[in-house]
Amino acid sequence: MSTTTAPPALSSRSSGRAGDKIFSGLTLAAGIVILAVLAFVAGYLVLESVPALFAPADQISAGTSFFTYVFPIMIGTLITAAIALLIATPIALGVALFISHLAPRNLAKPVGYVIDLLAAIPSVVYGAWGMLVLGPLMVPMYDWLHTYLGWIPLFGEPTTTGRTLMTASVVLAVMILPIITALSREIFVQTPKLHEEAALALGATRWEMIKMSVLPFARSGIVSAIMLGLGRALGETMAVTLVLSPGLLTANLIGAGNQTIPSEIALNFPEAFGMRQHELIAAGLVLFVITLAVNMVARIIVNRHKEFSGAN
Amino acid sequence: MKQTPTEPTKAEARKVSTDVTDLKKAPEAPGRRHGRSRLTAGQKPRWTALAAAGGSLIIAAAIMALIGFNIAGLLIFTAIFYVVSMYVITTVIENRRKATDGLWTNLIIGSFLVALIPLISVLWTVVSNGTPGLTSPGFFASDMKGVTGITDQKTETGELPLIGGIKHALIGTMLITLAATIISVPIGLLTSIYLVEYSNDNMLSKVIRFFVDVMTGIPSIVAGLFAGGLMMFICQTLLKMPPGSNVMGFSAAVGLSVLMIPVVVRSTEEMLRVVPNELREASAALGVRKWRTTLKVVLPTAISGIASGITLAIARVVGETAPILVTAGVALTTNFNLFKDWMMTLPVFIYRQLMNPTAPMAPTASEERAWGAALVLIIIVMLLNLLARAVAKIFAPKTAGR
Repeated sequence: MSTTTAPPALSSRSSGRAGDKIFSGLTLAAGIVILAVLAFVAGYLVLESVPALFAPADQISAGTSFFTYVFPIMIGTLITAAIALLIATPIALGVALFISHLAPRNLAKPVGYVIDLLAAIPSVVYGAWGMLVLGPLMVPMYDWLHTYLGWIPLFGEPTTTGRTLMTASVVLAVMILPIITALSREIFVQTPKLHEEAALALGATRWEMIKMSVLPFARSGIVSAIMLGLGRALGETMAVTLVLSPGLLTANLIGAGNQTIPSEIALNFPEAFGMRQHELIAAGLVLFVITLAVNMVARIIVNRHKEFSGAN
Repeated sequence: MKQTPTEPTKAEARKVSTDVTDLKKAPEAPGRRHGRSRLTAGQKPRWTALAAAGGSLIIAAAIMALIGFNIAGLLIFTAIFYVVSMYVITTVIENRRKATDGLWTNLIIGSFLVALIPLISVLWTVVSNGTPGLTSPGFFASDMKGVTGITDQKTETGELPLIGGIKHALIGTMLITLAATIISVPIGLLTSIYLVEYSNDNMLSKVIRFFVDVMTGIPSIVAGLFAGGLMMFICQTLLKMPPGSNVMGFSAAVGLSVLMIPVVVRSTEEMLRVVPNELREASAALGVRKWRTTLKVVLPTAISGIASGITLAIARVVGETAPILVTAGVALTTNFNLFKDWMMTLPVFIYRQLMNPTAPMAPTASEERAWGAALVLIIIVMLLNLLARAVAKIFAPKTAGR
């Protein structure tokens, strides 16, 4: 009875243990590779931009220092993204509300799919559309703006091609619309049903219900969705490169001129060498830092929101 | 006051049986107008919306007749007048709260319609402009070898048919995307397995998850710069290859991987989390080791979602231009070798044909080729999206919400 024999299977299981170790090691390594890649991206950009940051004035294309070179294109990037955000945010929130609370249930799904289609179209196609279709369409509007609102410096001498910062911003707005829509829709449908029903039971109209229960619940989610849209608008390259006919920084939004960092890099990098290359990489670093900051803030808000919504 | 005879509806009939006297008093109620039943009293009649739309259309048409007619202006003015008039009418007939509700409903529906305009416009432009290029003979079978400014000018004057095609770009796109997929899928899969199965939510996993989220926001051009730099470092410093050897399709694939990995990680992680814990516990109770559980139980359960996530990630990077432009550059001829020389892809082809037409004085031929390539690219992306949806729909675990 008391004869205890070790199960014969045990010895053959040692390979299983090794497999466990190898597999968990592999997964950990993959995770670390991702961190390493991000660190390498940052490190490479810093290392390669150092020569441009401290270069003598005569080697920089702006003639004085790297910062006088990068400042106008940085402002151009920010303005383009800001206008795109101003146009896209209200429409995107409207579409998200339409899908989550207004549309009949069997319509909501296809509508969401259609909006996702907008996100699937490659940016270069948007660029081509903005350059050859939207630009010429905008010209009469620019003429009108210049005739009646020309005293505002924003609406100076218009172009005949329509390839302006304003057109670029509209194209960017179309491109970030699906992102903001998708993210805020996700938050809207998470609104606790009890809150909505309580509001309706108190006699609220549908809009009052949305205003009182959905929007307060979704506020931080909306903010982060907008921030992520901003991040995309800041880094978008091809659409701007194709649409904008670049030039010096100017307040005139409907004339030629202005430039953004990604577009500057894409236009000049293939032919660049030496100091010019360092300069463009340094501009890339500036862009990287800006988008990194925007995305980090957005993600921190999202993560905080997750904990909050889990409490319901 | 004289009693008006009422035809009680079905809904009212129930009420009549309980409270006949109340119904008889109903005509005196302040809200009763239009001679309708008490339940809908005080509401605007159904035809209000139609009338408001018609009136707005007439006023808008009148204005357009004064300042010059165009269809876009007509629609915009009609919409504005309709929204405003509905607000005023509802305020007068019903009350301000109902009017505000209606106003916002109209605005929300309006924003949805506005969002549809660019989508329809883009798709229509690409399809209508792309069809001639796409259907020209040899569009898929030839590259840009032998296509010069002179031939393009002849094409524009009609002496020659449209020559040149996207064979080189199509092959480049497929090779580079395939290479990027081969790099990113293992890394992305293993990382998400680490995050879900092994990390126990420790500090490292939080850091990885946060930076993966941040990575999704890396501008594509920066990813391209990085890939170019990394490959230059590897080729010239480590392998002592001659300068310029870092220009190859593989560099572009590395750049695309930087964009693709975070997408794969996020979607796979979500899918792995949906796998019920009971399955893992059942497997563990049978004495199966964790790595075998993961490979044989968890992954097969989630495979549909994972596959669709990967397909969507491919669809995202297949249309990327910037990282390829600064790494693999441009080429006119077909190149099958991922590790040597310039390589063309569809997005870069579109970009080059538009920005640097083969014949600067006669860009029509180049534009036609660009639109044809754009149509091909959109078809590829849409097919990938449909494929992803089909895969996900057939096998996906049920989730709540819309």
